[in-house]
Amino acid sequence: MDEKLLEIEDLCVEFPTEKGKIRPVDRVSLEIRTGTITGLVGESGCGKSMTARAVMNLIKKPGKMTGGRILLEGRDLGQMGAKERRLLQGREISMIFQDPMSSLNPVMKAGKQVDEVIRLHEGTDAGEARRRTIEMFAAVGIPDPERRYDAYPHELSGGLRQRVMIAMAMICKPKLLIADEPTTALDVTVEAQILELMEKLREGGTSILLISHNLGVIARMCEDVYVMYAGKIVEHAEIGTLFADPAHPYTKGLLRAVTSLQEETALLETIPGNVPQLYELPQGCRFSNRCAFATERCRADEPALRDLGGRECACFLEDRA
Amino acid sequence: MKDALRRMIRANKLSLVSLIVIFLLILFSILAPWLTPYGEADMDLMHRLSPPSAEHLLGTDEAGRDVLTRLLYGSRVSLMVGIVPTLLSMVIGAVLGVTAGYLGGAVDSIIMRLADIVLAFPSMLLAMVIMYTLGDGLFNVFLTLTLMNWGTVARIARAETLKLKTIDYVEAARSIGMSKGRIIMRHILPNCIPTLIVLFTLNVPSAILTESALSFLGLGIQPPSASWGLMVNTGRQYLFNAPWLSFAPSGAIMLAVLSFNFLGDGLRDAIDPRLRRR
Repeated sequence: MDEKLLEIEDLCVEFPTEKGKIRPVDRVSLEIRTGTITGLVGESGCGKSMTARAVMNLIKKPGKMTGGRILLEGRDLGQMGAKERRLLQGREISMIFQDPMSSLNPVMKAGKQVDEVIRLHEGTDAGEARRRTIEMFAAVGIPDPERRYDAYPHELSGGLRQRVMIAMAMICKPKLLIADEPTTALDVTVEAQILELMEKLREGGTSILLISHNLGVIARMCEDVYVMYAGKIVEHAEIGTLFADPAHPYTKGLLRAVTSLQEETALLETIPGNVPQLYELPQGCRFSNRCAFATERCRADEPALRDLGGRECACFLEDRA
Repeated sequence: MKDALRRMIRANKLSLVSLIVIFLLILFSILAPWLTPYGEADMDLMHRLSPPSAEHLLGTDEAGRDVLTRLLYGSRVSLMVGIVPTLLSMVIGAVLGVTAGYLGGAVDSIIMRLADIVLAFPSMLLAMVIMYTLGDGLFNVFLTLTLMNWGTVARIARAETLKLKTIDYVEAARSIGMSKGRIIMRHILPNCIPTLIVLFTLNVPSAILTESALSFLGLGIQPPSASWGLMVNTGRQYLFNAPWLSFAPSGAIMLAVLSFNFLGDGLRDAIDPRLRRR
């Protein structure tokens, strides 16, 4: 299957601030092929979540999507009417959030919150909604689903809550699931279970955009990976290529900063410095001030994302290769 | 809610006592006609201003009416005045405040400026102006108190909404395509309720006191109907030769006001831990 489910073209998101306009997402383009899990990696604040929010129309004011297009199966989301787009969400695209502790309404029963989605999109009656929710609870691996239906969120563990969130996102069988750091707030064993569940969902036909800063998670789950830095995509490659032969110095740095149990290293390698503030981006390449290989050219001009035969990279150094 | 009540009763005996007192007050006001042999306006001019006795437990007033009887009937007015307009202003304030907070922009500005106008006016003066224009009577007292109180409620509901609006579950609801109205009904309002309940118990005594003050000024309930405020007002003229006339209703006001305040305190303490856990 090589059909494009979601295409993002030159997406820009802007926020006015006291220090001038910033662009947390700057001309980002990415594609999700039908039936795949696509990864989006980057440090905190690089614009990963903002990209996802743009797709879900959840950008907080005063921020705004100022450019580009988002196409779902060729339909431009930006051209849709407000109601049409709203009703598309939850039915064709849905999203799960990072923190399952705060993603459920504390004063509403867990099951009722899932019911809401079906009743909203399919107009099902209460009894039928309840039956389907319980079915979905069982499908996402919630033990004793009948009892959990009537539980309040504070009576559920973090892992269970994330499963409820997934049930909520998946109940209408959407084509695309956006998972924004779905396991960051969970402990490792629960993380493994949730990832397994997501793999099962993909086998069931749902494409997934997995946003994470955890390269281990990405390596395990994804086929295609986009690396984001300071609002831009800096590298895009298949998972094998990316891990075996990273092209961009930032990706190389990220991979070196992963601890390995096999090798004995005295000190964990890090990328020096921090992600630059968006209102004081360095001239030229955004990574140039932290890059060990930066040249005069890197500090003067900004490299564009270029096709390198099956992969893309935004770095001048690749010219020499 | 049931949990909160149970927790309150366990932690705070005073609030339990308050709850019982409020319950009894309401019960007595309903059962008033069966509790006393006298009518609300039955005059007995032979026994004017008689001190408390076995026949008249709290004495009689300047027209020979039984003070206890009037106190019981008066509690109907005073409790209604405490509860009805407070409830009305809660509903109006909550709906307007939540709408303003959630929608923002021009709607927010218009609603909140209206609230500011109400809040900026000295409340007693506002009440007097309204009552003077509309005339007295129970309905107008309700109207006045509702108009006076909705602003505060709206402010608090709006603040709560602004806080809730950015919480993940509201975003999650938006991400699954819920409409604004539904989000407000399902997610925002239910989460404002603990705060509003506490506000309710704090506003009830203030409404009772305002009615008392209005009646005292001759703008509230008119004789021969009784209300606690009105009774204090008439009793004032006989403060030295018949002190029971003003002491009895004053005591009743104090009891009701304190009970609602203590109940409010207890409820707040009981609900707070849940807020912190959230």
